[in-house]
Amino acid sequence: MSLLSVKNLHAKIAGQQVVEDVSFEVPESGVTAVLGRNGVGKSSTLKALLGLIERSGEVSFDGKPIQNLPTHKIIRLGIGYVPEDREIFAGLTVAENLRLAERDSKPNREMVEELFPDIYSRLSQRAGTLSGGQQQMVSLARALLNTNRLLIVDEPTKGLAPKIVTQVSEVLKKAAETVPILLVEQNLKVVKQLAGPCIVLEGGQVVHTGDSNELLDSEELTMKFLGVHGGGKETGVS
Amino acid sequence: METLILLLVTGLGLGALYFLIASGLSLIYGLMGVLNFAHGSFLTFGGFAGMEIARRIGAETWPQFILAIIVGGAAGALFASLTELLLIRPLYLRHIEQALITVGLSLASVALMEGIWGADPIYVSGPAILSEVTEIAGARIPNDRFLLIFGAVAILVGMLAFLRYTRFGLIIRAGVENRSMVTALGIDVRTAFTLVFAIGGLAAGIGGVLASQYFGYVSPHIGGTLLIFAFIVTIIGGLGSLVGAAIAAAIVGVLQQLANFYLGGTGDLIVVILLAAVLLLRPTGLLGKRAH
Repeated sequence: MSLLSVKNLHAKIAGQQVVEDVSFEVPESGVTAVLGRNGVGKSSTLKALLGLIERSGEVSFDGKPIQNLPTHKIIRLGIGYVPEDREIFAGLTVAENLRLAERDSKPNREMVEELFPDIYSRLSQRAGTLSGGQQQMVSLARALLNTNRLLIVDEPTKGLAPKIVTQVSEVLKKAAETVPILLVEQNLKVVKQLAGPCIVLEGGQVVHTGDSNELLDSEELTMKFLGVHGGGKETGVS
Repeated sequence: METLILLLVTGLGLGALYFLIASGLSLIYGLMGVLNFAHGSFLTFGGFAGMEIARRIGAETWPQFILAIIVGGAAGALFASLTELLLIRPLYLRHIEQALITVGLSLASVALMEGIWGADPIYVSGPAILSEVTEIAGARIPNDRFLLIFGAVAILVGMLAFLRYTRFGLIIRAGVENRSMVTALGIDVRTAFTLVFAIGGLAAGIGGVLASQYFGYVSPHIGGTLLIFAFIVTIIGGLGSLVGAAIAAAIVGVLQQLANFYLGGTGDLIVVILLAAVLLLRPTGLLGKRAH
């Protein structure tokens, strides 16, 4: 049985159609990747699921329809969201960013501190003064502070140095042991390390579903759907 | 020198009144993107509520006067909360309609208050000491100016403490930066919207009682007169910034008084020129940030 089911999802931003009749399922474990070239509607699909943009269609989480719920109620069903471009609160301190994200009565502070010791040494620092990598850690920590039933993670390695990409990838791998993840990621090396099933979008529509490794191991499919050379080579698009 | 001191303190007193309206306007726009043209009505209603207390039990002693301030603040907060719940919330994210409905409310509430209390000013008095003067370096300064400044500083400190040390304050500060991300953390930001309206209404309601001391009367048009300058203060200070609003209110009040006295009554013109300069050189205002 799938944890998240999406049927005929449509979404608009400022009146323009960005997601068109998208349907897919997210299983109860593992990492499901949403792939595609830049601007095909991957991030918009995630935002539409969460009600952050105008949308229509059917979305159910654990069998319950959520398409008419406001964003905060969807999140409170047990969904952690790590947005594209981190979206940390730059004017708040790191501690305030984390405190704001705590929605459980017993947040996983110890586990998060273990995963991100660097940000816990900067609790009183304004989040806007952190490096891009540190901001991404804060964004991930905000989601992991709560016990989630699904993590939705949007381009977590975008614009980060290779060393930080590895760190983020390891954090996600560890998180995926206990919680399913719906991941939008452009770095195909990271996808290869983490993902099981994948959904490929083009022009706001699903054009391929299958196994991530099968797709990425095929030169023909990666060129066709992602516009890059694949075939088992280490690939990455930016 | 005496004149200059008198003008400075009077300007700060007037600026204090502007701040009591602008603080709410700034927070409401910063968090919700709502231009609230009815905010002056919150002040007027607070002023009338305070006046009613004064009429019934008097306001000559400090306990009576403080009760009038509390009731004025509560009336402003109630009016503002109902405005948010009944008129603003159903139009969530429809900013043009929200602004238009506040224009309508402003006109309707002035008419309603004229219907209840009449269009003429109703003269009010407070504790006797407020009618007296204090001499500073030869300048004889009416004591009500100090009350206005004290009131505005107390409201500023109270609001800053609320924003810094409470969870709702944290939500409001985060919401001013990025409202949709606050909801994406599972927080019902609409509660913060009502709260911000209530806080803004509270400050304006208190401002109404204090304004009636400054002007010596309360009338249905008192809020509308101050609202224009409060908008200017909000823009100069930076939308969403309380400290920015406080600094801008002091600058605008003092500049207006100085220009009126030394430049032949050009205070309003100077303030508009200052607004134009800020919009050209620093569109985000003194301490404003670009919102998401």
